[in-house]
Amino acid sequence: MTDNTTGTHGAVLQDGAPGPDGLLVELRGAGKSYGNIRALHGVDLKVHAGRVTCVLGDNGAGKSTLIKIISGLHQHTEGEFLVDGQPVRFTTPREALDRGIAAVYQDLATVPLMPVWRNFFLGSEMTKGPWPLRRLDIARMKETADQELRNMGIVLDDLEQPIGTLSGGQRQCVAIARAVYFGARVLILDEPTAALGVKQSGVVLKYIAAARDRGLGVIFITHNPHHAYMVGDHFSVLRLGTLELSAERSEIGLEELTNHMAGGAELAALRHELAQVRGVDVDELPEDGDLGAPVATSPEGTP
Amino acid sequence: MSMAQQAEPAVGGSPAAGPKQTDGRTARRPPALRVLARPEVGVFLGAVAVLVFFLITAPPVRDGSSMANILYQSSTIGIMALPVALLMIGGEFDLSSGVAVISSALTASMLSYQLTVNVWTGVIVALIASLAIGAFNGWMVVKTGLPSFLVTLGTFLILQGTNLAVTKLVTGNVATDDISDMDGFDQARKIFASSFDVGGVQVKITVIWWLVFAALATWVLLRTKYGNWVFAVGGNKDSARAVGVPVRFTKITLFMLVGFGAWFVGMHNLFSFNTVQSGEGVGQELIYIAAAVIGGCLLTGGYGSAIGPVFGAFMFGMVQQGIVYAGWNPDWFKAFLGVMLLGAVLINLWVQRTATRR
Repeated sequence: MTDNTTGTHGAVLQDGAPGPDGLLVELRGAGKSYGNIRALHGVDLKVHAGRVTCVLGDNGAGKSTLIKIISGLHQHTEGEFLVDGQPVRFTTPREALDRGIAAVYQDLATVPLMPVWRNFFLGSEMTKGPWPLRRLDIARMKETADQELRNMGIVLDDLEQPIGTLSGGQRQCVAIARAVYFGARVLILDEPTAALGVKQSGVVLKYIAAARDRGLGVIFITHNPHHAYMVGDHFSVLRLGTLELSAERSEIGLEELTNHMAGGAELAALRHELAQVRGVDVDELPEDGDLGAPVATSPEGTP
Repeated sequence: MSMAQQAEPAVGGSPAAGPKQTDGRTARRPPALRVLARPEVGVFLGAVAVLVFFLITAPPVRDGSSMANILYQSSTIGIMALPVALLMIGGEFDLSSGVAVISSALTASMLSYQLTVNVWTGVIVALIASLAIGAFNGWMVVKTGLPSFLVTLGTFLILQGTNLAVTKLVTGNVATDDISDMDGFDQARKIFASSFDVGGVQVKITVIWWLVFAALATWVLLRTKYGNWVFAVGGNKDSARAVGVPVRFTKITLFMLVGFGAWFVGMHNLFSFNTVQSGEGVGQELIYIAAAVIGGCLLTGGYGSAIGPVFGAFMFGMVQQGIVYAGWNPDWFKAFLGVMLLGAVLINLWVQRTATRR
């Protein structure tokens, strides 16, 4: 992982890419049309090493299309997609993985009936022996998987248990640990907290912070502005397939972020709900320590 | 995520080597239950039960030559049940596998006879044709995304019609001409359809091939990358693709493997009977699928073994011959089959629920 990272970082600097610190992935006016449906249009996005870029948006805003382009499941039809300053067009997820871009999907991260260690190494199995007898190095894979999971704080009694028996949070963490182990430089997390309880969401958010501290560029897709604000460095809000907002953490507060996400007629209803939720959330925010004070300036004021 | 450490589960000993901490929340399931959760255990017990049943009710079964006959019957089903099972673990079906056996045999037979060449030429061409049929099935399935049920139902009908029509066109008959006096026949017969002596009992060579293929399939399935991919494409195709598994390659090669099996059984038929009936093979594909399902393979893919179908095929052979040895009406065979199949499906369902229980 380290070799790979330093090598490509050098290339970025020579290119004189605009990013102040290791710009890994950049989208310039990227878009995607499925036939005559324009799912995504004119999106700019930058992912830096050691920073968390949050992509927010309601259902159908184009979040999934965006990550599918970056992770190689789909191809963009307009604009530019640059990795390390070079334009690319991935045709398979394998190509994206080879460039250090790994996606962790909410629902399609694992094969439920396969054991944990087989899932961990799926698609990148360790082997030993010459070709006709080349076989899986099971002992080494189990040991490595166990070690990597423990590094992430997941302790499992039995790596032979089907991964479907783990809880949702544990499965997410296995997928994140796997991506980190296989030398991901850019980690795409698709709604990792959507299906999780409060405590498990906290665990996943902690791993996002851990991955960031290890120098990975993280793309955190979510429709929960509270979760995003806990770990995010940059916020991009998508709405109906276009970029509604792109702001640094210093430029925006939680409330404004929430407003941007909702927008229009939905806003009133959401605010009503938020009035009940906010008490819980405000309590929770300062625990994160180095949070800047939220710039709570909503032009309309609270009802 | 430091879990609150609780007292060790009742079953002592750390499963992961070394004195590491454990989660403390998951107790190890009792060994008996873990063994029972293996896909091939249910069918193994079933096979033993059927064997014991016929040993008691049909005295002729106790004879060595009857057992050799039962094993032979099982092997002709078992050799095809293996690739069909792998394909099923990979999440697909092949309804054309029954008639594909006959297509392969017809190809070899008619080509050799009409062109008057060494039978090995026909054998090789038949292999290529069988692999091509498999590749076509696989390619259609991955390219169109249609259910393999539909695609291979199409192939099934095409092959069934072609088998009859072409044979009538070429030979003017529904069967092919006898090729037993042609060059290379005896040699090929040695490989595909000979017998050998074990303590005074004639055992067909297909029994050996069956066990060799089963061992090979088991090794590939559990110990190689390819085997890992087979489970993955059957268990969750999209996940597999997202982590870099070549899904299309895996599926197409699985269909080609069924083609290989069809070729092998086709050659066995040809060289043991010298001639091929062009209308045969219909319905056999369901027997293969049933043997795989009874063998613990999940119909929806992602779960199963290669050993299970060996026992599944043995159950079939045992019941088929056992009914004859017991002197009952052979019509009961299909009824038995149905009962076995239902039982196996129920066991599968239970296993799957137990294995994935939180």
